Amino acid sequence: MTSILAVDDSASMRQMVSFTLKGAGFDVREATDGVEALEIAKTESFDLVLTDVNMPNMNGIELVKNLRQLDNYKFTPMLMLTTESAGDMKMQGKQAGATGWIVKPFNPDQLLSTIKRVLG
Amino acid sequence: MSVDLSQFHQVFFEESFEGLDVMESELLDMDPADVDDETVNNIFRAAHSIKGGAGTFGFMPVSEFTHVLETLLDEIRSGKRSMEPRYVDLFLQSVDCLRGMLSDMQDGNDPEKERPAELRKEFEVILGMEQGAADPEEAMPESDEKDGGWLIDVQPHTDMLMTGNEPFRMFRELRELVGEDNFEVTADTDNIPELSSLTPEECVTSWQIKVTTSTPIDDIKAIFEWVEDECDLTYSPLTGAAETVSKNQDQQSQETPATASEETPEQVAEKTPEKTPVVVEAQKTAKSSKAPKKAAESSSIRVSIDKVDSLINMVGELVITQSMLGQLGQDFDLSRLAKLQEGLSQLEQNTRELQESVMKIRMMPISFAFSRFPRLVRDLGGQLGKKVILETIGEQTELDKTVMEKINDPLVHLVRNSMDHGLETTEQRIAAGKSEEGTITLNAYHQGGNIVIEVADDGAGLNEDRILKKAIEKGLVPENNNLTPEEIHNLIFLPGFSTAEAVSDISGRGVGMDVVRRNIQALNGSIEVKSQRNVGSTFIIRLPLTLAILDGQLVKVCEETYIFPLVSIVESIQIHRSSLNHVTGSQYVMQLRDEYIPIVRLDQIFGLRDDKDVVDEMMLVVVEGDNEKIGIVVDDLLGQQQVVIKSLEQNYQKVSGISGATILGDGTVALIIDISSIGKNIVPVKRNQNRSERAA
Amino acid sequence: MEELKKEIILPEGDIGDEQQYLTFIMSGEEYGVDILAVQEIRGWEEPTLIPNAPSYIRGVINLRGTIVPIMDLRLRFGLDEADYTATTVVIILKFESDNGERVMGIVVDAVSDVYTIADDETRRPPELTEDDNSDFIKGLVNVNEKMVILLDVEELLMLRMGMAATSYSIDED
Repeated sequence: MTSILAVDDSASMRQMVSFTLKGAGFDVREATDGVEALEIAKTESFDLVLTDVNMPNMNGIELVKNLRQLDNYKFTPMLMLTTESAGDMKMQGKQAGATGWIVKPFNPDQLLSTIKRVLG
Repeated sequence: MSVDLSQFHQVFFEESFEGLDVMESELLDMDPADVDDETVNNIFRAAHSIKGGAGTFGFMPVSEFTHVLETLLDEIRSGKRSMEPRYVDLFLQSVDCLRGMLSDMQDGNDPEKERPAELRKEFEVILGMEQGAADPEEAMPESDEKDGGWLIDVQPHTDMLMTGNEPFRMFRELRELVGEDNFEVTADTDNIPELSSLTPEECVTSWQIKVTTSTPIDDIKAIFEWVEDECDLTYSPLTGAAETVSKNQDQQSQETPATASEETPEQVAEKTPEKTPVVVEAQKTAKSSKAPKKAAESSSIRVSIDKVDSLINMVGELVITQSMLGQLGQDFDLSRLAKLQEGLSQLEQNTRELQESVMKIRMMPISFAFSRFPRLVRDLGGQLGKKVILETIGEQTELDKTVMEKINDPLVHLVRNSMDHGLETTEQRIAAGKSEEGTITLNAYHQGGNIVIEVADDGAGLNEDRILKKAIEKGLVPENNNLTPEEIHNLIFLPGFSTAEAVSDISGRGVGMDVVRRNIQALNGSIEVKSQRNVGSTFIIRLPLTLAILDGQLVKVCEETYIFPLVSIVESIQIHRSSLNHVTGSQYVMQLRDEYIPIVRLDQIFGLRDDKDVVDEMMLVVVEGDNEKIGIVVDDLLGQQQVVIKSLEQNYQKVSGISGATILGDGTVALIIDISSIGKNIVPVKRNQNRSERAA
Repeated sequence: MEELKKEIILPEGDIGDEQQYLTFIMSGEEYGVDILAVQEIRGWEEPTLIPNAPSYIRGVINLRGTIVPIMDLRLRFGLDEADYTATTVVIILKFESDNGERVMGIVVDAVSDVYTIADDETRRPPELTEDDNSDFIKGLVNVNEKMVILLDVEELLMLRMGMAATSYSIDED
């Protein structure tokens, strides 16, 4: 089963993303910030990482940067959940090594279609 | 697949309210002249989350309003602007506004429009924003549909793969978009080095793609959207001039201004139709998810995992004890009696620990209730023109969640009252040699199975003369009286008593101390006041730790067992029938030291015994009703124990004089006496009657 | 008194327009209640008195942690009081109201039987008297040449009528 790591400090977003992806047959693990996500990623491997940008302790960009340092995450697709107005974020995210982004707000269908896009 | 988003609404509301609390407390704590980045970031993140969630779940008014907050906060955190006191005020007002909007939407109603619009204008003035400024990001090059199709040159940078972007993934997507027959790709392998020097992590191939169908270029570009920085892309119409779009930061300068402005509205127009149906759909979902799942006063509770683990341990021990007793019971004989007793005592301990453990789950630190006061004190201080410091002690003291929710209003009233009437004006304070700022102290601590909450001020103290004067005016005390200062202080709890010169809006019309006391008594608690002229006043509230359990005094009346709330009992004495003076009907009075108190015979009012049946020796339980002592006559006192309060109304109905029921150790039901409703039917003994009778 | 517990096997539901009724005897008459409203049957146990309650409310008992009122149906219907014997039982009835489930026990002389009765066999009760009691009666039916009086559980449990004020009276000055 394809496994996804979903990182967001907002419980409602995590729940929505998790529910949507699980419903589509994905295996989902949740984390509330970058630190937690990094720990989980070190012990389990994921086919895709989905992360919010603005989080306490370690934001999404830092997370992506740190994940890329791990051997088994060099080429893993990583998507950032970012708001439209944060043009800067997209740039920083890409520089950190993110694959792409999903613009907030998004609905479940948009989420799924983008994920499917990336995973092929 | 369609996901019903409404199932996440409740979580969104809860976390949004929490986020607003965070914003508010950070704003209140901050010194605008010296703000640290962490604080601004916290506030920004909270607003950002609310905006994001609101947008996702279709609460557009909230999302749009929060957007301006976020924009200003972003400017502050990026250093473009520094925080100013007027921003703090504006943010605080916005927090209030958002609370209202979210609350309305949670109830399934439309949020108000004027206040957000008002505040939004203020933000826009600050930000120098114009309505509907187009996001520079949206200015994009031409979106032509060219008949002949496109030729796309794809030159990835060597590190493109390191972002997880796989060229073939994008090509497959493009192929699906334009159709297999219209898609042709050729690879350029010129740059691929010898196998020995090949680094598999690098991308050294480039491709040329031919699309032979007319597809809007934007649709094609969208597929390569993510890799615009790490890949050189050139789009040439098959039947036209080349148009290089190798995106880097100055891409916009490559466009001709004319086409840019022409296309922009088109871009926007093209983009929005796609968005609108989604938004409308989400909004519909938001509106239709109304009443059924409405959580009144948050019906969920956060429990620390330690409490849960503790509970699990307790239950484990209980199971062990149960199995031990079970074994014992299987072939029991008297020789094993000692073991049985041991087991039962173990059971008692397990049950007690389990009970404590479970009660702890409903317990939350009082900081939740105290948290709204910094804001209250700040705003009120501003309104009253008084400088006030708020001190809180014992914020971690825990109490039952429901009790805490219900004690909120009384606390607010007490604090307002202290600030309005207790604390002097700045001038008065200086004249009295006090510090400029008045201090309000909230203090919470556990004492003997109860929680005590003190609301203290270092103001002028209760004005005994004024209180006495008012009480005499209202006929509550006779003119010639010798009340002690404490007794005078307690007069403020009498119904209809208000010494405010002008009924200020602040403390509220007619919501007097009597209402506060009644609210507290409804929680099986008590309130008293200690005050000293020019030093200050302290209101002391005592509450049981939980609403479900009561410390009870068991009494016997005829063959029936009743329960008195221990907290209402002042004293119990044995009396002889002769000390009761019959006043009228079934009402008696009795002289207790230097006062007369009304007496109620429980056996009479409950119809348990005929009046004619004489009982010589009786037990008198003196209780504190609504500010008045009442003596209730019972046959005998039994033990004291903690009882679990069960509802009588669930299956029956409200019974006057009874507040609830409980199940005793022997499995039978005992009724709990409702002191205040027994007190209501008594004709009050007027104080002047007291004195004149004494004189007689 | 021993506690009598009789297992009620609940039916799967209405078959067509039929309903099952548990019937009991009171003062020689046979009464029936919808079996789905019957939670359990217990023997008589002395309840705790409720002050100033009407005479037909005997008090409340502890039913596995819930406080349940016990009503003497004879007294409620204005029949003569009877002694409680070995066959006297308390039928615990439940009803779903707006405020949740309501449970109440009724004291009857003895339990009789369970009948399946079709709705169309039931006849409306004649407008006998101005009595409160007729509101309790859902209908009349003939079973094996006996008349069975079918009772409306909701009306019984909701205590809408005939409840005297339960506040005690104090002489007014």
